[in-house]
Amino acid sequence: MEVVLAIVIGALYGGGLYLMMRRNLIQLIIGLGLLSHGANLLIFTAGGLRGDVAPILAEGATKFAVTPADPLPQALILTAIVISFAVTAFALVLFLRTYQTVGTDDVDEMKETDT
Amino acid sequence: MTLLPALPIVVPLAGAVLCMLLRKNIAAQKAIALATSFLILLVSLVIMAQTKDGTIAVMHVGGWRAPLGITLAIDMLSSVMLLLVGLLAVGVSVYTLFDLDAPRTRFGFYPLMLILLMGVNGAFVTGDLFNLYVWFEVLLIASFILLALGGEKPQLEGSIKYVALNLLSSALVLAGIGVLYGMAGTLNMAELAHVVQQGERGGLVTMVAVMFMMAFGIKCGMFPLYFWLPASYPTPPAAVTALFSGLLTKVGVYSLIRVFTLVFSTDPEFLHALILWGAGLTMVSGVLAAAAQYEIRKILAVHIVSQIGYIVMGLGLFTQLALTGTIVYLIHVIIVKTNLFLVAGAIKRIKGTYELRALGGLYKEKPGLSILFIISAMSLAGVPPLSGFFAKLTLIIAGLRMESWAIVATALGVSLLTLYSMTKIWAYAFWKPAPEPLPDLDPMPRAKWLAFLSPMIAFTVITIALGVCAGPVFDYADAAAGQLMDPEIYIGAVLGGAD
Repeated sequence: MEVVLAIVIGALYGGGLYLMMRRNLIQLIIGLGLLSHGANLLIFTAGGLRGDVAPILAEGATKFAVTPADPLPQALILTAIVISFAVTAFALVLFLRTYQTVGTDDVDEMKETDT
Repeated sequence: MTLLPALPIVVPLAGAVLCMLLRKNIAAQKAIALATSFLILLVSLVIMAQTKDGTIAVMHVGGWRAPLGITLAIDMLSSVMLLLVGLLAVGVSVYTLFDLDAPRTRFGFYPLMLILLMGVNGAFVTGDLFNLYVWFEVLLIASFILLALGGEKPQLEGSIKYVALNLLSSALVLAGIGVLYGMAGTLNMAELAHVVQQGERGGLVTMVAVMFMMAFGIKCGMFPLYFWLPASYPTPPAAVTALFSGLLTKVGVYSLIRVFTLVFSTDPEFLHALILWGAGLTMVSGVLAAAAQYEIRKILAVHIVSQIGYIVMGLGLFTQLALTGTIVYLIHVIIVKTNLFLVAGAIKRIKGTYELRALGGLYKEKPGLSILFIISAMSLAGVPPLSGFFAKLTLIIAGLRMESWAIVATALGVSLLTLYSMTKIWAYAFWKPAPEPLPDLDPMPRAKWLAFLSPMIAFTVITIALGVCAGPVFDYADAAAGQLMDPEIYIGAVLGGAD
């Protein structure tokens, strides 16, 4: 399982960085999205893939019968997903406004601030 | 358990909520923003009074003891950063009363500014790495909007670069956090430091450390990751740039200092040497890029990069004296840089341009403003007896003691070039006669003019005071650096002891 996830994470990072280096604004934002998905999966994998039952103790028990899943990475990922959703929504609006104002979606044409 | 460490977050949040509720009422928003800023300053002073003897104020949020819950911990470094945020908040709020256009105010400048302050304060008080990431996102989203607010073409183009690189850096932080959690099973910085000190996972720790160095390096504008900064900082109005230059890159620097003194302090031969190389290259590239500019705001913005180099230099040398220098430099540069941007804003306000070639004769017209500028500019270049001199002196003595001749030579050379850039602004904008006389766009009566200049006067007085009373400032920074050099103090305060 770790190997499969590692390959998926690698592909997400590779694809994300490739798209970020394209000149098109839409590809830039898709790249950012892939990158944050890659980071989320990385937390999930690095946090340890052990157990698939909820970490809730049975009534009266002091120990888990089977190894439970670690809830913390999931909580972290949930937070990160919410944040990246908000940020991506903002970035989309910003890119739309930029496209309307500058009249292009080619990052190479945006030289106003380069000197 | 005291709730004091949460106040720097709660106060600006309350102010922001109030401002949003009253979003139709601009006058009320201004009053709330000003009152909140003073309250932030007050809270930070109370916190400083409690922590200045070396106690670390700790709060376990929700009553969950560390390392289970999120911990807020304020040591002497955090405390002085909070104080600077308070000072800056007051200064910029007063400035915006006079110089901020109506559309920006109407579209939520004040609530955004307060949320930005909340994020910055949150990053300074948190003792949890994931929480630090969340505060970064809070301040980033507020800064994204503040940067783009107004929707002018350069602003939008700058915002794209700023947004893209900062999101990349956030993804890096997140990935680093993931690997660290997998390795240590905790994200509480004190607990992490404890685990890393056991020293079992050396290579992996170094790899994660470099990830954090990249991520925070992007955020603070270190070489070679600073290109977003000169592209975006000079585009919004002066008040926003002043706020950004004072706070945002400094949060990045603070995080670097925090993480590389507390958690990743086990391998200084490689990690801190890498930081030192970065520091030297940052100084040089920043100051050279500034020398080529002919627009006041751009010169100042590119200079931020160069100043970051000095701050990080102390961390790279990694001795108590060097960290003392870093802290003194942080205090000095936040005040001085903000002040210079406000003065630049005042020039734009009366002359309508930042172009050095078009400006001139300001010394004859506005001697008061000129004096405010020259004091801050000389302080930035490191002319005694102003604050910058003592900050640089400390760093250079620390470098000499470490026998790092190269970085000392670089720091001194860059200092000279800083003086060149500052005298260029002085000679072009203030001294030389104007090529074509520019009318005063906004002639203010004397009382209003003085009120407009009041934040700049206050910051200039602080700069002089920091130089004149260098002793107490140095003592405080020395004690704060002592705390940083001994992670056990922080670990003990967070993990041990009853609350």
